[in-house]
Amino acid sequence: MMSADIQTLLPELMLALYAIAALMAGAFMGKDRYAPLLVWVTGGVLVLMAVWVGSGTGAHSAFSGSFVDDRFARFAKVMILVSAAAVLVMSQDYMARRGILRFEYPVLIALASVGMMVMVSAGDLMVLYMGLELQSLALYVVAALRRDSVKSTEAGLKYFVLGALSSGLLLYGASLTYGFAGTTLFSGIIAAAEGGVSLGLLFGLVFLIAGFAFKVSAAPFHMWTPDVYEGSPTPVTAFFATAPKIAGMALFARVVHDAFGGVVSDWQQIVAFLSVISMFLGAIAAIGQTNIKRLMAYSSIAHMGFAMMGLAAGTAFGVQAMLIYLAIYVTMNVGSFAFIMAMERDGRPVVEIDALRLYARREPLRALALLVLMFSLAGVPPLLGFFGKFYVLRAAYDAGLGWLAFAGVIASVIGAFYYLRVVYLMYFGNEPDDREALDGAMSPVLWGMLMVSALAMVIGVVNLFGIEPLAAAAAATLVN
Amino acid sequence: MIGLEHYLFVAAALFVIGVFGLFLNRKNVIIMLMSIELMLLAVNINLVAFSSFLGDLVGQVFTLFVLTVAAAEAAIGLAILVCFFRTRGTIDVEDVNVMKG
Repeated sequence: MMSADIQTLLPELMLALYAIAALMAGAFMGKDRYAPLLVWVTGGVLVLMAVWVGSGTGAHSAFSGSFVDDRFARFAKVMILVSAAAVLVMSQDYMARRGILRFEYPVLIALASVGMMVMVSAGDLMVLYMGLELQSLALYVVAALRRDSVKSTEAGLKYFVLGALSSGLLLYGASLTYGFAGTTLFSGIIAAAEGGVSLGLLFGLVFLIAGFAFKVSAAPFHMWTPDVYEGSPTPVTAFFATAPKIAGMALFARVVHDAFGGVVSDWQQIVAFLSVISMFLGAIAAIGQTNIKRLMAYSSIAHMGFAMMGLAAGTAFGVQAMLIYLAIYVTMNVGSFAFIMAMERDGRPVVEIDALRLYARREPLRALALLVLMFSLAGVPPLLGFFGKFYVLRAAYDAGLGWLAFAGVIASVIGAFYYLRVVYLMYFGNEPDDREALDGAMSPVLWGMLMVSALAMVIGVVNLFGIEPLAAAAAATLVN
Repeated sequence: MIGLEHYLFVAAALFVIGVFGLFLNRKNVIIMLMSIELMLLAVNINLVAFSSFLGDLVGQVFTLFVLTVAAAEAAIGLAILVCFFRTRGTIDVEDVNVMKG
């Protein structure tokens, strides 16, 4: 039924139409004059989409199974849309003051969100590829948004070259999978893989996983991450650290379970390996960093390692743990980047960690909020970040990957060092010169996001805001 | 008789040349764009060969999608390259080094 298919696809179609309409409006009326308004409108549209998608029920598939709208997809889509909207409204003030708020920015974010929504709903290798490319192409452009800056264009170029390489690897894997399974539909691939995969299909799987690892910046495919995070404008970095990570991990989970769910033992070792390498690399390489954006890049590599640990378990509980971990990770990152965006001196952005010395004396409340977020990122027990880690560790342990859980504990202890160093500098650092002190101003939106995120880390301990049963139901639709 | 494996071999060879072109090339970013294109075209050979040997049209539809995306990707790559050239005045790969990881 064509109309039923369109009905299933309606949120994506509407968002794409909105983006096109916004682009036309921007190009033919006023150009950048209405950019701030467009940012707020787009943020509102994304939130409305999240409400719309979140209120859906049941599982539908469209176009003979190539597009799937189930609880797993909806859970991921709501996270993607809400975090994209949050980052978008946070960036308005920052970008406007630096003269880089162009009307294309909200349009590109909306298009990237469409791509991510398609990714998490993919039921076919073609849909997967088109969604992934729609997302990536929009992200390459926003990385180079600051056209006159050496760093931003270089970040865009690096991201483009390595992103295209990863798309190529993924596509090669997709072609092999298609050839040896005889179909591009996930439901067909899982049937073809029944009773063991052929060598060709295994090669396809490995290439696909390498492509996903690039997209979620898992080691050893992480080398673009620190440079792109450092070079891009900070709001764009905040975006990179949130929504695309969720989409990438959700897509990863969907492919390994929906298409290769019958041969868990074939990919479990690969994912566990990626997870261990990412956790340790993220924890160790971050120690020497003095730039807070690079630090957050390594932090995100380590966090993706933990999220992948849930995936490596290969169970429904593992996927549930991964979803909970991602939700907590995104909340923490939105708050941390709200703080980083407000770090400036004489109106110029500052990214040196040393600039935070004795910050607590000047701004006790904000320093406290950042302390909560850093402790939560490190996984210190009473806070929400600990529960995210606890879930994935338990999932890995229950699945018989005790060594992986053990490695995760060690890596999180090593990783705690650099989060705690930020806190140490804020509370016990040396006295900074007056000219080194950060400005006191912070836009109300950023302040609000920082406080909400920090409060969520404390209050969420009570019941995780009720996402646990939702994540469980979402995971149950993916893993049978 | 030319069989499926011959096509797969050619595609694999082209793909590997593309990947190596990306990593070993120390001269020019344009060559990188060409290498990326080569990788995508190798995949297309794979898809068309499989499509023909399986008697299934999906592979050829996939190829058309890949071609379209490759065109969009090249356009964006060149646009970013132009911005890079404007700020740095060079497109040598060795000069893409303001940030070191």
